Amino acid sequence: MNSSKSPSDVPLKEEVITEKRTPAGETPPSRPPQDSYGQLAMSRIRSSMEQVYGITMFGLKFFRYVFVPPYEWSQVRKHFDELGAKSIPLLTIVGVIMGLILALQSRPTLDRFGAGGFLPAMIALTIVRELGPVITALIVAGRVSSGIGAEVGSMKVTEQIDALEVSGIDPYNYLVVTRVLACAIILPLLTAYLDFLAIFGGYIAEWISSSSSMQLYFTEVVQSLTFYDVIPGVGKTVAFGYIIGLIGAYQGYNTSRGTEGVGMAATSAVVLASLNIIFLDMVIIQLTILILGPGT
Amino acid sequence: MSETEIQPLIEVQNVYKSFGDLDVLKGVSMQVHSGSSDVILGRSGIGKSVLLKSIVGLLIPDSGNIEVMGHQVIGMKASALNKLRKSIGYVFQYAALYDSLTVRENLAFPLQRHSGVDEEEVNARVIEQLRLVGLESAIDKMPSELSGGMKKRIGLARAIITKPSIVFYDEPTAGLDPITAREISELILNLEEQFGITSITVTHDLECARTIANRIYILDAGVFLISGTFNELKESMEPTTRKFFKVVA
Repeated sequence: MNSSKSPSDVPLKEEVITEKRTPAGETPPSRPPQDSYGQLAMSRIRSSMEQVYGITMFGLKFFRYVFVPPYEWSQVRKHFDELGAKSIPLLTIVGVIMGLILALQSRPTLDRFGAGGFLPAMIALTIVRELGPVITALIVAGRVSSGIGAEVGSMKVTEQIDALEVSGIDPYNYLVVTRVLACAIILPLLTAYLDFLAIFGGYIAEWISSSSSMQLYFTEVVQSLTFYDVIPGVGKTVAFGYIIGLIGAYQGYNTSRGTEGVGMAATSAVVLASLNIIFLDMVIIQLTILILGPGT
Repeated sequence: MSETEIQPLIEVQNVYKSFGDLDVLKGVSMQVHSGSSDVILGRSGIGKSVLLKSIVGLLIPDSGNIEVMGHQVIGMKASALNKLRKSIGYVFQYAALYDSLTVRENLAFPLQRHSGVDEEEVNARVIEQLRLVGLESAIDKMPSELSGGMKKRIGLARAIITKPSIVFYDEPTAGLDPITAREISELILNLEEQFGITSITVTHDLECARTIANRIYILDAGVFLISGTFNELKESMEPTTRKFFKVVA
């Protein structure tokens, strides 16, 4: 039985009149006393902790399901298209423009230090190690996580999830595992695509400003990248994909309060997924440095 | 219980269910025998759907026992529960059609998942079910293109396409005009007679209850006040039942 209440349900105690007086005829502003703020804060902390616990358990369940039949490959394939392929136009535009801007902004600074020749390497390393994975993840989170949250949330409030369950189909396996798996598989591919386009965008800027040769530019790009740049950079996007799918599905799966709840699920899915991506990125960078050394 | 007494297909014993501080079910018990069509009647928000969802394991009661076809539902393993649910059909209040699938796909979905029948057989069964509910023309429509009554019919067709032994109807006539509501009630009655389905229907529609019920239970304040046939309840002196019949009449 769930007896927990949302923060908004917590009643505030009656206002205590203090010695501070207001001019005659004016109503003193209504402010809850200090202990009510404390209760409210505690209630919010408790509710946040419950959500963290809920997401963690929801996420761990994925690993219990993903290796066990039935495998919903047709659904995973469908989500590759819905979540992955349909993100390509947006990623194409962002990737090229990102590379262009990075090159245009960096060129004057590098020239000032006589290091203009390092521009291809700088662009490649910046994009492959950090910007590419994070920007791809944030874009996909914005497009996909909210979509998953809204879709699953709307299925929840219209009893479609109950309908699946009562048909003898495990809704977690059918709705959540398939989406999370699709996101975790597709995100590295999308990241590699965006990385390439951003590096190409950098070349366009170089070609406009100094008619640099494509062969030279890409030779320098390839020479500057090592295994330790590419693998952690693209590899961490598997975790980002998992986060995007998971948080979207969790918010949708726990939707209540009808259509208003669906909207809230979509919004909170994007916010939470984006925050988690940034946080996870920081953790992965620290771990990479710890494991592979600070030079990597 | 004597040895010759027939075991009920569904048995609910002393079920309690609360949501937070709100006690919804406070010791509900009922027995449904094979081939019977039982109706739970009560005001909106009284806990009728909660009971129905508890019987199929969508909600877990706080205490009590629920047996369906000899299987204890509470505490049942998910895999065993899913297996049991293959013998159950459920018609949701708002039909709960999968809105990303066409009518054809909605109906084919449970068949493709469980029965292992080939594509030709699936198609034939889908058309047969649509003919039964009089909606063959809607086969390639999306749920968003259907009216409320059509959705209910498709929901009904989807629930019985796997030929279940038990069907649960959650407010099958809610939100429909009296003519369509009557058509749906008669459709339920026809299908039950045709396929020998055992059913529990929750409704606040007395007309629907009169058409389909063998036995009616009146749920109020978390307990069953009284049960009996429509005519027995109509003559009942129990105050809430009297009030209910009087208001609806």
